[in-house]
Amino acid sequence: MTTATRDSVGTAHTRVEGRDKVTGAARYAAEVPFAELAHGWLVLSTVARGRVRSVETEAVLAMPGVLAVLHHHNAPRVDTDYVGLLGVPPDLTVALFQHDRVAHRGWPVALVVAETSEQAREAAESLVVHYEEEPHDVAFCAERQTEAYTRDSHAPAVVRKGDLEAQLAASAVVVDAEYTTPEEHHNPMEPHAATARWEGGRLEVVDSNQGTTWVAGELASLFSLDPASVRVRSEHVGGGFGSKGVRAHQVAAVMAATVLQRPVRVVMTRRQMFSLAGYRSPTAQRVRLGADADGRLRALEHQSLNQTSTVYEFVEPGAAASRAMYAADAHHTVNRLVRLDVPSPTWMRAPGEAPGSFALESALDELAERCGIDPIELRVRNEPAAGPVSGLPFSSRNLVACFEEGARRFGWSGRDPRPGARREGRWLIGTGTAAASFPAGVMPSTAAVTAEADGTFTVRINAADIGTGARTALTLVAADALGVPTDRVRVRIGDSDFGPAMIAGGSMGTRSWAWAVTAAAGELRQSLAPGAEIPPEGITVRSDTAEAVGALAQKERHSFGAQFAEVAVDPATGEVRVRRMLGIFAAGRIVNPLTARNQLVGGMIWGISMALHEEAVRDRASGGLYGADLAGYHVAAHADIPHIEADWVDDPDPDDPVGIKGIGEVGMVGAAAAVANAVWHATGVRHRNLPIRPDRVLMAGGDA
Amino acid sequence: MPPSASSDLTLSVNGEKYTLTVDHRTTLLDALRERLDLTGTKKGCDQGQCGACTVLVDGRRSVSCLQLAVAAEGREITTIEGVAEGERLHPVQQAFLDLDGFQCGYCTPGQICSAIAVIEEHAAGWPSAATGDVRPEAGPPPLTPEEIRERMSGNLCRCGAYVSIVQAVARAAEQKGAAA
Amino acid sequence: MREFGYQRALDVSGALALLDADPEARFLGGGTNLVDLMKTGVERPARLVDIRELPLNRIEPAEDGGLRIGATVTNSDLAAHPEVRRRYPALAQAVLAGASGQLRNMATVGGNLLQRTRCGYFADVTSPCNKRTPGSGCPAVEGEHHNHAILGASGHCVATHPSDMGVALTAFDARVSYETADGPGEVPLADFYLPVGETPHLETALPPGALITGVTLPPVPAAAGSRYRKVRERASYAFAIGSVAAALDVQDGVVRDVRLAFGAVASRPWRARTAEDVLTGAPADAGTFAAAADAELAGARPLPHNGYKVTLMRNLAVAVLSELAEEAAR
Repeated sequence: MTTATRDSVGTAHTRVEGRDKVTGAARYAAEVPFAELAHGWLVLSTVARGRVRSVETEAVLAMPGVLAVLHHHNAPRVDTDYVGLLGVPPDLTVALFQHDRVAHRGWPVALVVAETSEQAREAAESLVVHYEEEPHDVAFCAERQTEAYTRDSHAPAVVRKGDLEAQLAASAVVVDAEYTTPEEHHNPMEPHAATARWEGGRLEVVDSNQGTTWVAGELASLFSLDPASVRVRSEHVGGGFGSKGVRAHQVAAVMAATVLQRPVRVVMTRRQMFSLAGYRSPTAQRVRLGADADGRLRALEHQSLNQTSTVYEFVEPGAAASRAMYAADAHHTVNRLVRLDVPSPTWMRAPGEAPGSFALESALDELAERCGIDPIELRVRNEPAAGPVSGLPFSSRNLVACFEEGARRFGWSGRDPRPGARREGRWLIGTGTAAASFPAGVMPSTAAVTAEADGTFTVRINAADIGTGARTALTLVAADALGVPTDRVRVRIGDSDFGPAMIAGGSMGTRSWAWAVTAAAGELRQSLAPGAEIPPEGITVRSDTAEAVGALAQKERHSFGAQFAEVAVDPATGEVRVRRMLGIFAAGRIVNPLTARNQLVGGMIWGISMALHEEAVRDRASGGLYGADLAGYHVAAHADIPHIEADWVDDPDPDDPVGIKGIGEVGMVGAAAAVANAVWHATGVRHRNLPIRPDRVLMAGGDA
Repeated sequence: MPPSASSDLTLSVNGEKYTLTVDHRTTLLDALRERLDLTGTKKGCDQGQCGACTVLVDGRRSVSCLQLAVAAEGREITTIEGVAEGERLHPVQQAFLDLDGFQCGYCTPGQICSAIAVIEEHAAGWPSAATGDVRPEAGPPPLTPEEIRERMSGNLCRCGAYVSIVQAVARAAEQKGAAA
Repeated sequence: MREFGYQRALDVSGALALLDADPEARFLGGGTNLVDLMKTGVERPARLVDIRELPLNRIEPAEDGGLRIGATVTNSDLAAHPEVRRRYPALAQAVLAGASGQLRNMATVGGNLLQRTRCGYFADVTSPCNKRTPGSGCPAVEGEHHNHAILGASGHCVATHPSDMGVALTAFDARVSYETADGPGEVPLADFYLPVGETPHLETALPPGALITGVTLPPVPAAAGSRYRKVRERASYAFAIGSVAAALDVQDGVVRDVRLAFGAVASRPWRARTAEDVLTGAPADAGTFAAAADAELAGARPLPHNGYKVTLMRNLAVAVLSELAEEAAR
C-alpha cells in the first residue's frame, strides 16, 4: 500500500471524464450504437381535453419504412399500482396508450416506429387522430385559491405554530404582499432519449436519467417484470434538473422493443419536452410578515398555490421554504394545489425553495425597507436558535457567517439604502441581497469497491453524474477513504446492475453515494493486509448505508447561503442587466472546489434566469404553450451573465462521514430575490411578478 | 415524375471523405451522428436555437441542424472530433478542461467549436454587437469578457457554466495573443 | 418533413428554370429559416433549389455611388465588410444584433428579407393562423401578443417581421432587385412588404417565381454616423421587442436630414416617415425628438398586452436620436 494521503477531498480536481467531454468522445444516451435499431416518434394530442375517437393507422403503415403504430388499442398493458423508489406513485402520464382519455394538450396518443428517424418523423406528423374534444381549463391564477385544496407531499401541506392573527394585530409593521412565479421548464441541453431492447431474456435500456435504480424499478413495476431482469444504463447525462426520471420516451421505447423484438430508440424533440418532460408549476404566493419596530418578527405567514394535472398530484412546496428560516412567535405555512387540464408538473431545481424564497426573501427586503433596517441586520435579528417551528436543533447553521463574509467581499457596508440614488449614464444601479437555504438530506445507497490485482481500485456505485461532478467527487472521496492517490481509483456509475443507490436529486446524490463509497472503501482498506497478494479477480467489499442513515438523529439539516446582486436598469427601455453577483454558502464540506464552485455559480445563474427571463406562456384558448422552443422560452445566454463569484465558509456536517451537505440546489435559492431586491434598490419599484421583463419595468409606475 | 428524394454524395469531415446515400431530409447533424458515428456533435434543439450542434463549415462556425447533409457536399466540415492534434488537445479544449468550462458536457463540443471560430473571427477584425464603434477606423475591438459573452451567446449552457467558459475562451485567446 | 428533391443551381437562369419546373419548389439559401419551418411542418416543399453557389455573393460599389449587396452574401460578411461599417454602421450593427454568430455565417441577405414571422401561432401547425392557413383565424389578437405589432396590423394578423437587418435597410432607402423568367426587376424595400389587410399570407411584392439577386443602398451621407439599437428579453440571441435604426444630420442645431425606422412593431420594418417629417428642419433637441416619435406613434393601435411598445419605441427613438445629436454637436 502507498502511504496514506488524505487530502484529495477539498483539493481542486478537473473532471475525470473531462477529456471525453471536450473531445466529443463521451457518448450520451442517443449516441450508443445498436444493430438493427428502429426509431420511434411520439405523436401528441392537439386537444387539451377529451377522448381519442380514432387513430387512422392504415395510411401511415403504408408509408416507407414504417414498422408499427402503437396506440391505446394495441399497446402493451402496464400496471400503475405501485410506489416507486422515491415513495410516490407514478405520474399516470407515463402509463402510455392505456385508454382514450386526453388529459392535456401534448398528451401522448401514439408512437410511430420506422427504420429511420426521418421516416418516423414524417409518418408521425402524417398520422391522423380524431378527437372528441371537451372544454378545457388551464387558467392558473391567484383567484383559484378558493377551489384549491391541500395535500401532504414529502413535506406536510400545512404547518402552524402560535396565534397568527393575534401576532399580526400586535405588530408595529406588517408586510402583506402577493408574488407570482410563472411556469418554468427544465430544458436540459440533452433531450430525453432512450433505447430499449430485449437481450437474453433481460430488458436493457440505455437512457438519459438521474438514477438508473429509480428508472429500472419504475419500468419493472410498469411492465410487471422481475426487477433483476431489467437493466438501465445512463453513463453520461446532458443535464436533468429534476426532469429525468421515468417519462414517456422510455415507456414508449420498451413497448415498441417488446412488440417488434428489436432495439427501438425514442428521443423527445425540444418541443415535445415542453409537454412531456415535466416543469415547475406556476405559483401564486402571499406572504404576511408582522414585526416589532426593531424588525423582530412576531408573525410569518406564507401561502403558496400551485397547479397540477388531472392525472397526478404534484405539490410545489413554495411555503415550506419558510419553515426553517426565521424565528417568529407565530408561523403559518400552507401549500395548496388546483387541478387543471395541464401536464403534470414535477421537481425542478430547488423545488419549493426556488419560488418560495423569491416571495419570502422579497418580503424580508420589503420589511427591512419599512423598518428602516439594513436587510442583513434584519435577518440577523431574526436568526433562530433552533428550528422555528420544529424546535429541533440545527445540525449546523452558518447563515450569519455567510452574510458577514459576503457583505465584506461585496462591499455592502458603504451601501446607500435609498432606492434610485445611483445613476450611471442611462442606467440606474442597485444592489440587493437575500438568504438561501436548502434541506441537507441523505438516502440509503449501496456501493462496491474492488482492490484490483494491479494495485488500482474500482468503485462501482449506481450514481448519476448529470453535470454535478459526482463521478469526480466520488473519486476523491474513495481515494481518501482508501488512502491512495486519485489516479489509482476508477469510479464506474450509471448502471442499475451495480445495485441500488440514491438518485441525483434533492441535493442528496453526492452525499448519499459518498457515504456508501466511504463505508465500502474504509472496510476494504481495513481488510487488506499490507503487502498481501491480490487475486486476479480482486477483492471486493460491498456496503449498504440503510442502517447508518436510518439511525441519524432528527435535526434541522440545511445548507445555507447569502446572495448578493448588483443590477443596472434602463428605465427608458426596461432592460435589466445583472452586473455582478456573489454567493457565499455554508453547505457542508466541499469535496471538489473546482466543480463545486461551477455548480454553485450555475445555480445562481438559474436564479438570474428565473428573475429576468424564464416564462412558459400557456395559451388559454388552445391549452398548449405559446412558443414552446428555446427561442420562445428564454434561458439566460452568455451575454446575460456577468462575472459571478461563489465561495463558502467552513461548515462540515457533523453527522456525515465526509462532512458533506449538498450543493446542487442551494446556489439557486434566493438568487432571484436578490436580483429583484436589487431592481427595487435601483428603481424604487417592487417587482413581485417574475420574470422582470422589460415591459414590466417600463410600465411599472408604482408596484409592478 | 417526382424528383429523387435521396442522393449519393461525398462528405468531407475532419479531412476524411465519406461516401454515402442520404435521404434529402437528413440534416448534416443527423448525418454526422447517425451515419458517420461522429456523435460528438450534439442535438440540443434541432432548430438553431441552442448552438449545441455547432461545427465548422469551410472554417466558419455553423449550426449543423439547419444545414442539409446534401447541401454540405463539397464543403470541408470540422467537428469536435477533428480539432485536436492527435493526443494534443486544441488550446480551447485544454482551457475548457483546466478551467472546468462545462458541467454536463452536452453543450461543450458546440461551445468549443464556436469558441475556436470566435477567436478566428476576432483575429480577422470582425466586430460584434458588443463593439462600441463598428467603423473600421475604430480598429479591432479588444477581446474583453463582454465581447466574448456576446460572441458566444449563440451557445446556450443550461447548467450555467458561462463564467468558466468565458474564462476558458479568454485563456485560449490569450495564448494566441488576442485577449484584452 | 415530407420527402423532397434537391438540386443545386449554378447560375441565375438555371435557378429560375428549376423553380419554374415545380410549383412546390422553394429556393434554399442559408436554410436557417426554411429548414426550421420544414421541420415544424409550416413549409412542405417538394423540391429545393440550392442557390448558395450562385455568383451573388459580392458587395460592390453601385453606379449611383451607393453599395450593391448580393443576395447570397452572408449576414457575417455583410456585417464585417469595411464599406458597410464605414458608410452604414447601423446596418452592420443591426445584422450583428440578430441571431448568433453561427446563424449569421449561414443566413443570406435575400433569405433575411424573406424570413417569416416568429409569431408562435404561425410556427405551431396545430394552431389556427391566417398567415399560414388563410381564413383559419388569428389567435394572437385574443391570446398571447405581448410581442406583436402595434403599427399597420389588422384584425386578421398582428405578427411582426423579425428582421433587424431590414430595419436598417429600410431606413436607408434600399432597393431590392430580383430576376424572373421575364427579366429583371427592382422594388424599393419600402414597397417590398405588402400591407397586411385581409391577406396576411401575401407577404411581398416579389412576382411569383422571382429570385432576389441583391439589395442596393443609395449613398446616404448621414448614414455614416448612424446607429441601431435593439431591445429584447435577453441581452443577446433573441428577437427584438423593439428596435430603432437612425441617422441624423444636424447643422447649426437644426436637423438637415434624418432617417428613422422601427423594428418589431409591424409586419414589416417600419419606416417612420411621419417622424422624419416632423424632425426635418426642426431644432435637434429632445423636445423635437419626442414630438416626432409621438407623431409617428399616434397611429399605433396596441392590443391589451403590448401597449408598452408605444412607450418603448418613443423612449428608444428619443434616446437614439439624442445620442446622435450629442455626437454631432461634439
